[in-house]
Amino acid sequence: MSRLEDRIRAGGFVLTAELLTVNTGGLDAVHERFEPYEDYVDAINATDNTAAHAHAAPLAVAIALKQLGMEPVMQLVCRDRNRLALEADIVGAALHGIENICCLTGDDVTAGDEPEARRVFDLDSPQLIATAQAISGGRYLSGRRIEPAPHLFIGAVENPGAPPYEARVERALKKVRAGARFFQLQLCFDKERVERFMRAAVESGLAAQAAIIQSICLVRSPSALRFVDEKVPGITVPHELIEHCERADDPEEACFQLGAEFAAHALAQPGVRGLHLISFRREAGIARLCRQLGIPTREERETSGYRHPVAV
Amino acid sequence: MAGPHGPLAAVEYAVKKPIWGCQMCGQCVLHSTGMTCPMNCPKQLRNGPCGGVRPNGNCEVKPDMKCVWLKAYERADKLPVWGEEIHELRPPVDNRLWGTSSWRNYFSGRDKQTPEGWA
Repeated sequence: MSRLEDRIRAGGFVLTAELLTVNTGGLDAVHERFEPYEDYVDAINATDNTAAHAHAAPLAVAIALKQLGMEPVMQLVCRDRNRLALEADIVGAALHGIENICCLTGDDVTAGDEPEARRVFDLDSPQLIATAQAISGGRYLSGRRIEPAPHLFIGAVENPGAPPYEARVERALKKVRAGARFFQLQLCFDKERVERFMRAAVESGLAAQAAIIQSICLVRSPSALRFVDEKVPGITVPHELIEHCERADDPEEACFQLGAEFAAHALAQPGVRGLHLISFRREAGIARLCRQLGIPTREERETSGYRHPVAV
Repeated sequence: MAGPHGPLAAVEYAVKKPIWGCQMCGQCVLHSTGMTCPMNCPKQLRNGPCGGVRPNGNCEVKPDMKCVWLKAYERADKLPVWGEEIHELRPPVDNRLWGTSSWRNYFSGRDKQTPEGWA
């Protein structure tokens, strides 16, 4: 059983982070990306061609993370591979002991720098989750047996900040029925939307059936916030927040404190089981955020049976 | 999309294209998606909207088009029957059926066949 699954099953607080994209530089390049915060996180996501830009493959990066002693979450999107390739990546990951698989639809090819590419979407994300679930039950989609069945811990994403707002929890429940056991929610800069989503998640039973992990954006510059707002599909950053950071005497500090504010808000929501920390381009202080929020290191959390930080 | 194969498919296409923008996937799920064809979603998602829907409710890929799934949920709510079916998990598309008549596949049961490993 993966550490992430173990912590979630034990009812503990979990902390994950998104590895900055990797293109070259060997294992050192992978390690230097997470070294600043390696003592804090339970697992790190190996992303899959984020925003439809090609990078080192999630399977390769997940294996690298594992070789470096860090637990990976392998993301898989439906945009670039048909069902055979997706199944191959899942069993390939399991072959290397990678159990955490996070299944996403994926941004469209038009969001990327090779918009002329063919979009695949042979499966959609609930179908991908169900496919992973079938594999963990010892079968490919065809029904062909896999013995012994690989153990998987399957996750998904849902976006509380995109319409149709009232259908998002229902869609997440569909993903739970397909096999999802954790959610790394999409970044959402609208606190009211987060509150509404979490309220509905608790009331509908979603939060009891799957661990909901809220994503937090940590950046070093207001221009990175503008990039997220303009270039990342499904995320809106209110312009007053960007301008607030731009006008600050120390814009980098203002961006950090903005992330800390959203993190504290997320932790105050009933049903939130952890945080997923995302930086763009440059790592922006994940360890510092943990210290500011009073989140102990992973080792301290494990030994103390830590459940939830006090929101500050 | 695929062109219709054979006379029955041609009739089906002639009826369903103007009304629902039928793409001839051959495994019609219109009734369970608020009579809104999910194959008009640029990602052809059959189980609900992606996370890229714009704040105004329009499509990530086609900014001037309303998200197919927003329409689907709104219409499913208003349907006197089938409304709840929108929440069901629909299986992956059988890509062998493109261009064939979904009417024939419905009555023969062909459109209910799923791979053995599909729960």
